[in-house]
Amino acid sequence: MNAYMPYVLCTVLFCIGIYAILSKKNIIKIILGVVIAEYAVNLFLVLVAYKAGGRAAIFSETEVIYPESMVDPLPHALVLTSIVIGLATTAFLIALAIRLYGKYGTFDVTRMRELRG
Amino acid sequence: MISENIIPLFVAIPLAGAFLTVLFKRIKGIPDTLGVMASAGAFALSILFVLKMEIGQRIIYNVGNWGGFQEVLGKIVGIQLVVDGLTTFMLVTVNLIAFLVAVYSISYMTRYTEKWQFYSLFLLMLAGMNGVLITGDMFNLFVFVEIASLASYALVAFGTEKRELEASFKYAVMGGIASLLILLGVIFLYSNTGTLNMGNMAKILDSSEEPVLIYLVFGLFLAGFGLKAAIIPFHAWLPDAHPSAPAPISAMLSGVLIKALGVYTLVRVFYCVFGFPEQVSSIFMTLGALSMIIAVLLALKQWDMKRLLAYHSISQIGYIILGFGIGSHLGIMGGLLHLFNHSVFKSLLFLNAGSLEYATGTRNLKEMGGLTKQMPVTSWTTLSASMSISGVPPFAGFWSKLIIILACIERGLWFYAIIAVLASILTLASFMKVTRYAFLGDIRKKLRNVVEVPVPMRIVMIILAIMCIFGGVLLLPGVRQGFLDQAVEVLSGVRGV
Repeated sequence: MNAYMPYVLCTVLFCIGIYAILSKKNIIKIILGVVIAEYAVNLFLVLVAYKAGGRAAIFSETEVIYPESMVDPLPHALVLTSIVIGLATTAFLIALAIRLYGKYGTFDVTRMRELRG
Repeated sequence: MISENIIPLFVAIPLAGAFLTVLFKRIKGIPDTLGVMASAGAFALSILFVLKMEIGQRIIYNVGNWGGFQEVLGKIVGIQLVVDGLTTFMLVTVNLIAFLVAVYSISYMTRYTEKWQFYSLFLLMLAGMNGVLITGDMFNLFVFVEIASLASYALVAFGTEKRELEASFKYAVMGGIASLLILLGVIFLYSNTGTLNMGNMAKILDSSEEPVLIYLVFGLFLAGFGLKAAIIPFHAWLPDAHPSAPAPISAMLSGVLIKALGVYTLVRVFYCVFGFPEQVSSIFMTLGALSMIIAVLLALKQWDMKRLLAYHSISQIGYIILGFGIGSHLGIMGGLLHLFNHSVFKSLLFLNAGSLEYATGTRNLKEMGGLTKQMPVTSWTTLSASMSISGVPPFAGFWSKLIIILACIERGLWFYAIIAVLASILTLASFMKVTRYAFLGDIRKKLRNVVEVPVPMRIVMIILAIMCIFGGVLLLPGVRQGFLDQAVEVLSGVRGV
């Protein structure tokens, strides 16, 4: 049961994010949906790399650390990069939302109909 | 022989250009000069690679000098940048169009304020695209895809009018989801193979048997990169996003961005990492045929010239995907040639639309008419690009479409061949509409004072038009060996055809 928990948790989070993107009418809520889906993926990356009782991948002179007990450091580096990229995307989306609010005076996407048809 | 130390310059030159543009934005003329020089530099380097590369050669650069660890650990750590035949082919295509677009923008972008922002985002996008092409590392691919995408979201919103902002929001949300799917795919692949290097990954996947997970990754990558390439079920953002950008950027987006970020990545991942299994081949062909026919039907009823062109981009991407989906030597060659031709004529058409907008102030075909006398260069270049995209012999587009159709027939896929021909005829019909409404007929009263666009814009359009007319030259034996055959070699070697 426990082994499947990360998968279940991340799938649920991801689906919540996609649901928000697809069904919400408020731009801010859509952006939150994108953020939630993004966090689900980042969380998944960290949880997949989790190792019970794992240690940082650094050798020490004072104690003996076996390579088998070390955690793979690469996914952590990847998730940092991915978070930074996510930050850029979110900042851009919010900047767009502010400009859209300035043009339309509302956050409601159903009222923005320039591109319909 | 060429040194591997040149490879990072493809990313470094545009990136440095983008940075310096921001730094020296106050000095008049600097953004233009830097924009043109950086893209010209990258283009010159890509030509150097075409001339100096031997057939079947792969040049590898180890980022951060991690190469030494490989011998100790016995596996590749760190990021590798790889240049092979396919990469050089794509590099030439991307940097050629980028250079011409940068020259065109000198005059065109005077309509907008804050030119330096345009050039720095443009160069950032170019850096991202070049990075996608040269990287040999899965996660690095994702990072470069994101860099190029973010720059393009911002460029779509460049006009900051209602339309542009709305299109950009739609594009950014869809693109964000696509990136997440790609990242998920990369995570699954890493957890399965324990490496991020594409070459290593291919070897490990080849020897291991784990079909279920691999099918999941297929689905994720197909949806993720398919969204970036705007193949038909994932195309909804493109007809909004591409017309909303300024014309030079529409030319870049339709001409090369969807190919570098979508088609190239799809092909690279599915051919070089997964070894192109049968199921993927049939999915590619089905999606290609669907894109071709549906998008061209949607294009027929459009009156906004740029929107019409955007729908045609989807349709032509269908041809390319169909060619790669067939997977035979001929199919791959047709796909690659059509990729090159499409980036030439589609960027020319978007630049033409930009010139029309620049001169007349409208994009609606119903409000134009009789512009041949006033704008001879725009009119003739549009005509040659239209002929090329509709596949009229002896224009460039004819040869690539012919090869794709022949590849269909060679494999006995008559149904796809017929769809390809039909889509081509419908393309011709919709471009006859463009020519008829924009250039022929009587001149409208308010368009009497229209004059031809400035010289740099004219020169760029003429160069691209010449390439449209003589694009078939690429198929001649001497020319083909250095350029096209190398790229075909990389892909067809995978399947052993």
